[in-house]
Amino acid sequence: MATTVLEPAHVSSYSKRNVLVEWLTTVDHKKVGILYGASAFVFFLIGGLEAEVIRLQLMKADNHLVSPEFYNQLFTMHGTTMIFLAIMPISAMFFNFFVPLLIGARDVAFPRLNAMSLWVFILGGLFLNVSLLLGSAPNGGWFGYAPLSSRQYAPGLNMDFWMFGLQILGIASLAAGVNFFTTILNMRAPGMTLMRMPMFVWSVLVTQMLVLLSFPVITVALILLTADRIFGASFFSYALPGGVTGGDPMLWQHLFWVFGHPEVYILILPAFGIISEILPVFSRKPLFGYSAMVFSMAFIAFLGFGVWSHHMFATGMGPLADSFFSLMTMLIAIPTGVKIFNWIGTIWGGSLQLKTPFYFSVGFIAMFIIGGLSGVMHAVAPADLQQTDTYFVVAHFHYVMFGGSIFALTAGAYYWWPKMFGRLLDEGLGKLHFWLMLIGFNLTFFPMHFAGLLGMPRRVYTYPSGLGFDGYNLASTVGAWILGFSFLVFLYNVIKTWRSDVHAPADPWGGATLEWSIPSPPPEWNFEVEPVVDEKDVLWAMKRRAGVHRLPEPKAGNGAGIHMPSPSWWPLITAVGILTFLVGMMFKPMWAFPFGPVSLAGLLLTAISIFKWSYQPVDHATSH
Amino acid sequence: MTAAALDHDSAHMHGGHHTSLPIDNRKLAIWTFIGSECLFFASLITTFVIYREQHPHGPGPKEVFEVPLVTAGTAVLLFSSFFVVMALNGAQEGNRKKLLTWLSLTVLCGCFFVGMQVYEFTGFMHKGMGYTTNLFASSFFTLTGFHGTHVAVGTLWLATLLKDAWKGRIPPQKALNLEIAALYWHFVDVVWIIIFPVVYLMSLGR
Repeated sequence: MATTVLEPAHVSSYSKRNVLVEWLTTVDHKKVGILYGASAFVFFLIGGLEAEVIRLQLMKADNHLVSPEFYNQLFTMHGTTMIFLAIMPISAMFFNFFVPLLIGARDVAFPRLNAMSLWVFILGGLFLNVSLLLGSAPNGGWFGYAPLSSRQYAPGLNMDFWMFGLQILGIASLAAGVNFFTTILNMRAPGMTLMRMPMFVWSVLVTQMLVLLSFPVITVALILLTADRIFGASFFSYALPGGVTGGDPMLWQHLFWVFGHPEVYILILPAFGIISEILPVFSRKPLFGYSAMVFSMAFIAFLGFGVWSHHMFATGMGPLADSFFSLMTMLIAIPTGVKIFNWIGTIWGGSLQLKTPFYFSVGFIAMFIIGGLSGVMHAVAPADLQQTDTYFVVAHFHYVMFGGSIFALTAGAYYWWPKMFGRLLDEGLGKLHFWLMLIGFNLTFFPMHFAGLLGMPRRVYTYPSGLGFDGYNLASTVGAWILGFSFLVFLYNVIKTWRSDVHAPADPWGGATLEWSIPSPPPEWNFEVEPVVDEKDVLWAMKRRAGVHRLPEPKAGNGAGIHMPSPSWWPLITAVGILTFLVGMMFKPMWAFPFGPVSLAGLLLTAISIFKWSYQPVDHATSH
Repeated sequence: MTAAALDHDSAHMHGGHHTSLPIDNRKLAIWTFIGSECLFFASLITTFVIYREQHPHGPGPKEVFEVPLVTAGTAVLLFSSFFVVMALNGAQEGNRKKLLTWLSLTVLCGCFFVGMQVYEFTGFMHKGMGYTTNLFASSFFTLTGFHGTHVAVGTLWLATLLKDAWKGRIPPQKALNLEIAALYWHFVDVVWIIIFPVVYLMSLGR
């Protein structure tokens, strides 16, 4: 212990490495989070650009800007990208960066597994997008309905990219699910009981339960699809050229939506968590009805596994199944309503601080209510039969996915930006971003309700004039470009404040949670001293006891003697192995069963790197 | 501090970190993973049950299944679960001989089971049942093949631990390394306890 004044091992080990190596081998949850966010934002821009081209194509009747075939690729890639490569990983950025900070931990439970999730995600995302460059992007919809995804009707590589891309991304999600579930249950600071956890941490815990229980189902569905497409089975084809097989395309729909409906809660629950962090801070009031918020979220997640067939009313399941899934779906409105009233109750009578994160949060509540109401309309099976496959559905899910998730993630970005990067984003530009986004969003998606009720079908590349669709579509296209422009304002804001010399204080908003008690950005080891938690909103409690509104600025320590996980190449190499294994199946020679040489090489690489990984020491030898 | 209290404390420590629940991170993680895997096998078993009567071409269950052979495999797998518990007990006691003996037996059982499956599958091929012959065959091979892969991975995992044990790298304080592998092994075993009646016995009874 006499040598604690020595420079800690990680500082010296990093100074010898170059920056690229440092980021490729990092296991620091904050760096992993930033990499998640940066790559997901690039994918988000690509997905957004796809949407803009879709809107240009639909701007006027009988338009031929893009071919029907390319249009199919556009809407498939737009949906797949936004769900798996944008909303989920941007949420993952917040999980990674903030869950350990919010629970008072120095890292996640398995830092190297965390890095592996990141690299598998990035490689999977790149793999999916490579298909665009090859001109054979997935074209069967983000749900890949059989037989649109079977070899017989989709002979190209298009749906192979989709199938293996999703399989790769699923591995990243499952590994992260195990990691964060363990982290939240087991790495909490002393005194941080479950019912003292910040609501965002609760939302991550519940989200990971959904991931853990729903992703294995899509994994199996994709395995069966792989069997059909690569190995010549007929799980989802009633007949093959050789004769009747008895395969059932409905099995795909059931397996897909048993995953797919929990998936939409995987997309929205983190948003609920972010809003539940922001509203109390900017209302200067604790979250209204904390335990009701926890239980309603758990109830939503539970019910989320019993509503999948409301995506399938049009398939003719019969009155009993239709009634059951209608009732279950309507039931979800109750816990969701509880949450909305509690958010309003949080703001009610508060001392409101009208900052940008607050604007986006209130925008979220309003937009999410509209999306929720049209969602309950879908629960009525007879009405849903009219709405299925029309733009009304498109309007609905964009109100919950964009008006809900993206508004909340943007709110979270403005709220947590100073902690992540040590810079406060500009308030004026932030509010401009908000108003442009709100106006652009509503101009894009509100008219789709009307176009949909008039009967405009989804996934069709054009429409004739004279059916009453023209005006609504023009409005949507104008709105989409305003929406796109609003994100340029955000980018400008980032660049402008990045260049300024103004550094953010540790606690710019008067926060209630532990991340605001440490410097911005936090040191690698997060907390100099492990925090002790004795009530909810722990930082407010500390300030109250000290009789101050702001705690003194924390001093940067040197982290001497703190065990930190060592950087490692194995997560990245394992991710490359997994990618090679799965992608190799696309290029399997006919004679090879089940795997060709590329897959075998990938499998070998994966096995070796996992083996090496498990014998690599976990953390630094420190100075004691 | 009493010895009991010390034990209790060490149960909460992992790599110098405090854990919130009285369970090691890796043990909690393997339980979480097992929970997730339940849904994986549930989906595969459901698919098999839906398709087990779809064999318009080629043989069906009654033509191919060899229950005595599979019963032997089942017995071996069940016994291996007992063996790995004995091995873990040996590791916790620091009894090298006990650890090595029972762990070797466990690995042998794993190898026997995988070998049994390879033999069984080869026999099916000879009876004209390939992977794509009919949906019964496809869903049978997919389900039991993925279970077999799990057994093979578990066997490989236990074999590396056997190598560690041989080199004396599993002292009592590291018995957890074996314990998490054993948990996974038990799970794979439990899945087979469901597969055996549902796939073999119930298909024959119809």
